[in-house]
Amino acid sequence: MSVLIFIDSADGHVKKSSFEALTYGAQLAKQLGTAAEAVLLGTVADDVAALGKYGVTKIHHVANETLNHVDAQLYTKAIADVATASGATVIVLSHNLTGKAVAPRLSARLKAGLVAGAVGLPNTAGGFVVKKGVFSSKAFAHMNVNTAMKIISISPNSFQTVAGEGTAEVVAAQVTVDSPKVKITATNKVTGQVPLSEAELVVSGGRGLKGPENWGMVEELAGLIGAATACSRAVADAHWRPHHEHVGQTGGSIAPNLYLAIGISGAIQHLAGVNRSKVIVVINKDPEAPFFKAADYGIVGDAFDVVPKMIAEVKKLKGVA
Amino acid sequence: MKILVCISKTPDTTAKIAFADNNTKFVQEGVQWIINPYDEWYALVRAIELKEKDPSTIIHLITVGAADTEPIIRKALALGGDEAIRVNADSHDSFYIASQIAEIAKQGGYDLIFTGKETIDYNGSSIGGMVAELLDQPYVSLATKFELNGTTATINREIEGGEETCEVNVPVVVSCQKGMAEQRIPNMKGIMGARTKPLKVAEPVAVDALTSVASFELPPAKAGVKLVDAENVGELVRLLHEEAKVI
Ligand SMILES: Cc1cc2nc3c(=O)[nH]c(=O)nc-3n(C[C@H](O)[C@H](O)[C@H](O)COP(=O)(O)OP(=O)(O)OC[C@H]3O[C@@H](n4cnc5c(N)ncnc54)[C@H](O)[C@@H]3O)c2cc1C
Ligand SMILES: Nc1ncnc2c1ncn2[C@@H]1O[C@H](COP(=O)(O)O)[C@@H](O)[C@H]1O
Repeated sequence: MSVLIFIDSADGHVKKSSFEALTYGAQLAKQLGTAAEAVLLGTVADDVAALGKYGVTKIHHVANETLNHVDAQLYTKAIADVATASGATVIVLSHNLTGKAVAPRLSARLKAGLVAGAVGLPNTAGGFVVKKGVFSSKAFAHMNVNTAMKIISISPNSFQTVAGEGTAEVVAAQVTVDSPKVKITATNKVTGQVPLSEAELVVSGGRGLKGPENWGMVEELAGLIGAATACSRAVADAHWRPHHEHVGQTGGSIAPNLYLAIGISGAIQHLAGVNRSKVIVVINKDPEAPFFKAADYGIVGDAFDVVPKMIAEVKKLKGVA
Repeated sequence: MKILVCISKTPDTTAKIAFADNNTKFVQEGVQWIINPYDEWYALVRAIELKEKDPSTIIHLITVGAADTEPIIRKALALGGDEAIRVNADSHDSFYIASQIAEIAKQGGYDLIFTGKETIDYNGSSIGGMVAELLDQPYVSLATKFELNGTTATINREIEGGEETCEVNVPVVVSCQKGMAEQRIPNMKGIMGARTKPLKVAEPVAVDALTSVASFELPPAKAGVKLVDAENVGELVRLLHEEAKVI
């Protein structure tokens, strides 16, 4: 009996969402009075043993380069094999893009109940009940997991990472890896930018910004505070911004520490993707804009007046010219 | 090419979310039901486009649901598709639903199975992956583009901070999101035609649900917005720095 945490990596580096998964898994193992172990697939440049600082004692490493790219079938088999060999009874993953590809397959393979998008630790008093977001973040459900083997994928940025001391024992895991059926022919990544799903701060623009040519100030403000940029669906539909920036019911669902919405009305479908954000700030010239009801801070004003002033104030704060 | 499109029924995006019976039941009164947007706009429309390109393509729709899902599946048939199958079961356990779809898929011998990215009520993003595993087929999740060349599919899918292009031979299961296709409005001819398209009812196979809902909970209401004067933007920056501690 142990908790097995899947460590997700890309381009040779462990993803931030995995630190959350590791912390979550370690705390869950403590709660269950068992060991926290992890599984890493593919090769990475990072110091693997150092991940022990998040509370795992052992890391099963399948250092096979075929696994440097996410392949749902190969990942599922490898994680399932390690889980079975190590006697894991709970598997923890991030509900990020890799988790969404792999966790359901694992669930079907191991006949293990899956809670996808968990937002807290299980309640294990008398059962195994995990809280997750439903109705596009408009509510939560407490899910009973009825199987001996359990899988939890945790919602990114909904669980605080805790790093302590310690190193993990890294062991080579013996897993046979077939050749992938899905062949990756190209990757197109925006480099040097925090991916929206992992961003702690997000600056987002809506139709109130009038056109793509006005995004300079959005990007400048985001750059100053180290934020990722996002947009409303209306903006992505008008091709002012790329599709992957669109958040909401039909776009990405995010939970950053700060969501700054500029010229976005706050339609219910937009809120569905952002209302788990910790602090919401709204800049809108219409005091009746529905977004103010969901906001923590707000300014009723013209974005073309307020945003440049905000840039100047942040520069002052950060001491940049 | 034989395509199976998975269709689910969800509350309208603006539906009021409320619970009854000690927070164990979703209140359905006054709720308008729609086809899950991802299933309709992206999975189904892309399948229809493939059939428009190659008229020999056969499209079947599947829904796992009670008799009250029939208006939804008829609505989907009005957009396109040759016939629909309803598996007569009412469950919210992803594995249970996926097992029913996999069973029908095994009998039907489909080359492609399309699902939506996720249901907007239970938000599992799980059923496509489960179906793929149950059929031992590859799974391309969160696809933004899909092209078919003979029996090889070229698919773009979302990865953190971008997209990747991949190639895979059919059969394959694909979950579909924005970018795959554009939303369509059903026309009169489609609506009339849908009435006579076959809608078969299949009984479910026996499968144990792996999870169940214990209870629901609504998020706590926000305390209310703190408004800062537009002439005093510095105050907002100060609050975000000192009070909210986010910048
Ligand atoms: C099924 C369904 C799914 C949907 N999914 C999504 C989704 O995932 N994400 C999403 O975003 N939307 C979604 N929508 C669309 C949503 O309902 C809204 O239409 C959309 O969010 C509006 O975008 P917007 O706020 O940018 O534009 P608008 O509604 O046009 O609002 C613009 C806002 O900018 C303000 N403004 C104008 N000028 C200025 C200025 N100079 N300074 C400051 N403020 C200004 C206005 O007061 C207004 O509030 C969905 C709709 C449906 C039906
Ligand atoms: N009851 C159902 N019947 C048929 N297909 C479904 C059902 N529920 C979900 N799906 C499909 O699976 C996708 C993902 O659903 P989920 O895993 O619940 O988020 C949906 O977009 C649908 O395409």
